Amino acid sequence: MKKVICLLLACLMAFGCLTACGSDTTTEPSTDSTGSTDTGATDTDAATDTGSEEDAGTTGGGTASGTFKIGVIGPTTGGAAIYGSAVANAAQLAAEEINALGGIQFEVQPEDDANVVETSVNAYNTLKDWGMQILLGTVTTAPCIAVAAETNADRIFTLTPSASSTDVLSGRDNVFQVCFTDPNQGLKSAQYIAENSLGENIGIIYKNDDAYSTGIYESFVAEAEAQGLNIAYTGVFQEGTQTDFSVQLTEAQAANVDLLFLPIYYTPASVILRQANDMGFAPTFFGVDGMDGILTVEGFDTSLAEGVMLLTPFSAYSEDEASQAFTAAYEERFGELPNQFAADAYDGMYILKAAIEAAGVTADMSPEEICEALIPVMPTISVSGLTSGGGEMTWQATGEVDKEPLAAVIENGVYVMMG
Amino acid sequence: MVYLQHLISGISLGSVYAIIALGYTMVYGIAKMLNFAHGDVIMVGAYISFCCTTYLGLPPLLAVVLAMAFCTVLGIIIEGLAYRPLRQAGSLAVLITAIGVSYFLQNAAQLIWGATPKSFTSVVSIDGLTLFGGALRVSGEALVTILACIVIMVLLMWFTGKTKMGKAMRACSEDKGAAQLMGINVNRTISMTFAIGSALAAVAGVLLCSFSPTLQPTTGSMPGIKAFTAAVFGGIGSIPGAFLGGLLLGIIESLARAYVSGLANAIVFAVLIVVLLVKPAGLLGKQVTEKV
Amino acid sequence: MKRLSVKRGTVANYATYIGVTIAFVVLFLLQQQGALSNSLEGQLIPICCYVVMAVSLNLTVGILGELSLGHAGFMSVGAFAGIIAAQSLQASIPLAPVRLAVAMVIGAICAAIAGFLVGVPVLRLRGDYLAIVTLAFGEIIKELINCLLVGYDENGLHIAFNIRGTTTMSALGLSDNGIEIIKGAQGAVVTKIASFPAGFILILITLFVVLNLIRSRSGRAIMALRDNRIAAESVGIPITKYKLMAFIVSAALAGAAGTLYGLNYATLVSSRFDFNTSILVLVFVVLGGLGNIWGSIIAAAALTILPEALRSFADYRMLVYAIVLILVMLATNNPTLRAFFGRIRSTLGRKSEKEAADHE
Repeated sequence: MKKVICLLLACLMAFGCLTACGSDTTTEPSTDSTGSTDTGATDTDAATDTGSEEDAGTTGGGTASGTFKIGVIGPTTGGAAIYGSAVANAAQLAAEEINALGGIQFEVQPEDDANVVETSVNAYNTLKDWGMQILLGTVTTAPCIAVAAETNADRIFTLTPSASSTDVLSGRDNVFQVCFTDPNQGLKSAQYIAENSLGENIGIIYKNDDAYSTGIYESFVAEAEAQGLNIAYTGVFQEGTQTDFSVQLTEAQAANVDLLFLPIYYTPASVILRQANDMGFAPTFFGVDGMDGILTVEGFDTSLAEGVMLLTPFSAYSEDEASQAFTAAYEERFGELPNQFAADAYDGMYILKAAIEAAGVTADMSPEEICEALIPVMPTISVSGLTSGGGEMTWQATGEVDKEPLAAVIENGVYVMMG
Repeated sequence: MVYLQHLISGISLGSVYAIIALGYTMVYGIAKMLNFAHGDVIMVGAYISFCCTTYLGLPPLLAVVLAMAFCTVLGIIIEGLAYRPLRQAGSLAVLITAIGVSYFLQNAAQLIWGATPKSFTSVVSIDGLTLFGGALRVSGEALVTILACIVIMVLLMWFTGKTKMGKAMRACSEDKGAAQLMGINVNRTISMTFAIGSALAAVAGVLLCSFSPTLQPTTGSMPGIKAFTAAVFGGIGSIPGAFLGGLLLGIIESLARAYVSGLANAIVFAVLIVVLLVKPAGLLGKQVTEKV
Repeated sequence: MKRLSVKRGTVANYATYIGVTIAFVVLFLLQQQGALSNSLEGQLIPICCYVVMAVSLNLTVGILGELSLGHAGFMSVGAFAGIIAAQSLQASIPLAPVRLAVAMVIGAICAAIAGFLVGVPVLRLRGDYLAIVTLAFGEIIKELINCLLVGYDENGLHIAFNIRGTTTMSALGLSDNGIEIIKGAQGAVVTKIASFPAGFILILITLFVVLNLIRSRSGRAIMALRDNRIAAESVGIPITKYKLMAFIVSAALAGAAGTLYGLNYATLVSSRFDFNTSILVLVFVVLGGLGNIWGSIIAAAALTILPEALRSFADYRMLVYAIVLILVMLATNNPTLRAFFGRIRSTLGRKSEKEAADHE
């Protein structure tokens, strides 16, 4: 009898799924309307006078004519949710600003992938059903490699804000990055350390079940060798062991490490800083862009991060006018300081705008046409944004971005840029 | 010296596992169910304590007590709503429900507190010990955790061995039907077990996060699995077994991390498998012979 | 009654094959017509994989009666073995469907070997102890693959283990035209060759193997072990042999499913096959009903689609999924509801028995 009940329930659930699928289409206009009310809520300098015009545009024209449909894929649930949420939020914010300027109109639809390859491809297919024309994503590396293969086959232009592995780009002409590639970061870090002779005995702690961390590690080691740096200790950790670093830190201390290179995200880094402090172990800590955000961790004693160096494309404490405006708008809207993922996504939207303007594509074109038009344009444009380090970003035909990383040191709880 | 330092790290990590494993083993011993949601109750306990100290500015000790109270209530509610209706159902149905509860708690926590990790301020304010002129260190958190672990174990052994409620628990764990016939309120006893287990989870959560100060909705899941392993390692259902299993697990993990760092978890689990093959009921578990 | 139920079993077997075939034909035609949404179309192959996973786990949990929490481990072995095979055979077998078949066979064999290695010691344990050891095994596989570096060039396969975290891909010493296949934590590089018809054929093979095993002498011995181990042992059924048989078959099928899954995405990381995936498959089995093959198939398909269908709930979707899971478990085990459905079933059963009698 259990069989029958289970079967019935399974059928019921399957039926429920179908009805849920059906209701997808009906909810679209409602998300649309929330989008436009949100625009009203954010007060950017140019928004007020053109706001009414924009509202009329969306209600009158709908999504058919003037509006580009941009899909965003990233984890908004699960362990990596911070990154996906930041990207989704910032893309929304940027789209509203751009819409308020008149001209090109964007509609942003974020989908969750929980940092799982399969879910990410599912999210991509869902966005295709929605009518996505350009993909801003995906946020994390492994899902991005899989989704990039799909967009390459389907010819949908893809700009990833933060998936930094070179595997994302390799052999795919339609994929471009906003962030540095992993090898580039490792290389720049090693060069920076060597040039400024920051350390004699270098220790590294990286996460060996994470593509981002391993990618940076590999290129760092190769370049460190070339630069003649001495790597005295290498420690690893995994997802399941990222709550305690006392063992690795003890080993590093025993190896007389004076500079600890941390190509990892800021969550485990905050634990390392705390535990190193408890142990009385105080080398120079050197991080990469994943370290950005460490000062925003709620409850974190920022004095522990004093003297930490990091290569980052973006600083929420920057004096730069655009960064300050963005930080203020983001903080007001979402109640937290933006991290570099948010900045990358925000730039990503403006990069899309620039590319669309340069290629002269219109919103009524098919995704394939837009893709073919945008690919040749990307290497020709240059965009300055929050993450371009004061200069301008340009792209190689492979999809890699050229921009200068900023080296920052944390002093008195804020980043201070170094030359 | 470095070797000894690793051992100390292992013991302090192990005592965190041990506290979680004690809660696990209590619930398993009486309700005979693998409560996969236990790890997530730990996470909830840590969040409550975090909110009390950071947002309300309460003293750490009061925050711990409030977290314990909250988790106790949560444990009773979970048991009453999700597990009690399944008392007669197969063990797998309960297992899947526990997993459902675990997903629920994680996702609810993400919606309430957000996905951004919080840095947990340690509730321990005493200084650590330094031995051999600074060559060896034991942090204050480690001292408190080890002490708390021993106290909890002794209290639990006294409670299950000497008190009326404890005896009722043991009776239920032996034979629910017979216990009921003897006038024991089985439902109330199981509720009580969940209450104790969840209160322990709150303590474990606070100590876990004092020890490794990062708190996010998934914080509890891996320590939960490790503690489950520890409980089985020591012989599930046995209170001293959970203590021993937790400590050993912590020590093995620390040493593995120092010398074969890429495979730390794999080594821990491999040791578990070997131990279970030699002693199929865990280190201190009772080998029950099946009767026809 | 007994005679009838055997006969009904055979009929049910055919019904299963026919049902699955009809579902495939309908979906395949719809796909060819372009009538399926992209979202559903993209899920067809994963659904096939999960169906095979669920049916094969049902063999261990439902038929053999041993709780396994590490089924994803076998899927992982099959996936990575299959990927290595498919990637390195690219030149020798240019035809994709043949390569896929070869890869799936290799994946299944590797997973079967893993199943044997794990099964021999582990099946001596019982109940929750066995469960925790299978969980441990799944985690060990995951970490081993994280440390595994594999490349291929004209000299054959190059394999290295990154145990201390200091070995990189350059240690493989690949020649210039060599290809990197598994890059440790950075995942495998995959050329997609999985297809929906291949998934369907895999389901048919799985059903054929499992249903025939259940109806065979061995299958009855396995079920006797589940129902009463001591009684089975006392009539001379060799426990280890039959337990291992079920375990290895289950592992091999999971391996083949893993290969199909792995070759469906451009990249694969070993953390995909963690504890949560094992649990996911276990949920399919329990929800579909222990020992109920049809139930596993439907539950696997429905529960794979469910989180996607809940996308309109945005961030609430996993919360809703959890609530649905709890409610379904509570409802299927509610005595009142069960009695109600039991009555319906007995009425239906009487009717069908009567019909069957009329036919004769």
